Amino acid sequence: MAAESGKIDPMHQFQIEPLAQLNLGGYDISFTNSSLFMLLVLGAIWLFMLGGMKREMVPGRWQAAVEGVTGFIGNMLTTSVGPEGKKYVPLVFSLFMFILVGNFMGMMPFGLVPGAHPFTVTSHLTVTAILAVISFSVVLIVGFWKHGFHFFSLFVPHGTPIWLLWLIPLIELFSFLIRPFSLALRLFVAMTAGHVLMKVLAGFVINGLNADATWVSAVVSLPSFILMIGITLLELLVCAIQAYVFALLTSLYINDAVNLH
Amino acid sequence: MDAEAAKLIGAGLAAIGAGLAAGGVGNVFGSFLQGALRNPAAADGQQGRLFIGFAAAELLGLLAFVVAMILIFVA
Repeated sequence: MAAESGKIDPMHQFQIEPLAQLNLGGYDISFTNSSLFMLLVLGAIWLFMLGGMKREMVPGRWQAAVEGVTGFIGNMLTTSVGPEGKKYVPLVFSLFMFILVGNFMGMMPFGLVPGAHPFTVTSHLTVTAILAVISFSVVLIVGFWKHGFHFFSLFVPHGTPIWLLWLIPLIELFSFLIRPFSLALRLFVAMTAGHVLMKVLAGFVINGLNADATWVSAVVSLPSFILMIGITLLELLVCAIQAYVFALLTSLYINDAVNLH
Repeated sequence: MDAEAAKLIGAGLAAIGAGLAAGGVGNVFGSFLQGALRNPAAADGQQGRLFIGFAAAELLGLLAFVVAMILIFVA
């Protein structure tokens, strides 16, 4: 929300605040609001999976929901990797669920409780970069494990003309090396931008209501509030799409590692 | 020109990129719909490619946003 002075401060929501000071060998490993929300995300996923792992012959609603998500990831991997893709379902499923629940957890109205405010785990480059590095290193490990140095043939697509052999591998190498950055940046920026936008609009609503002139609230606050409802729905859509895109791109990269080109 | 003013002008110029990315994303979905309405049976199989195109177009707009944010808050 806007600060007391009425100035909109949209970056404040991304601040990491230590909840319990911890020190280990000179390193600050405090339990922060980021860690708290990661634990909340973990708890939510754990509860969700717990309800769906009863292995009933006739699945109830909950089990059907869990099977829907796992089936969705399984389908995505079989279509993009092939029959070998089933092995990577746990990895992609974990990435997908963590990002999805993390995104949604930041959208939840925790602010209704006085003193509490939501924190989006995925709005920090450190978190998304680690996720991207996990997905990228799995691609590297699988690629070198399965194909050895033949993995480098990834950089020379089939049918490359001889006279372009000096250029194509260079471009392919760059497009390969840029993958972790694009994965991390996309998620981080999409979340950050959405939350900044929503906070700015929320600042318009609050400041308009607090303005001295009475007409301001009708002219500024009301349209901003209506716009904000739409933007919130859009952000919920973006939360889901970003998780989906991360999982989809990871499975495509795994396809490169497993099947080469 | 004042350095602070130049930064803010640069950030505003970077926002043009976000608008262009909006055009790109619209083009991705519009073209998909055109194709999907011509052959609805094949549309479901191409949804993965739709989102890859969307992700690629969107990333460039997000990069424009990053440039603007760096200019305002970091540089």
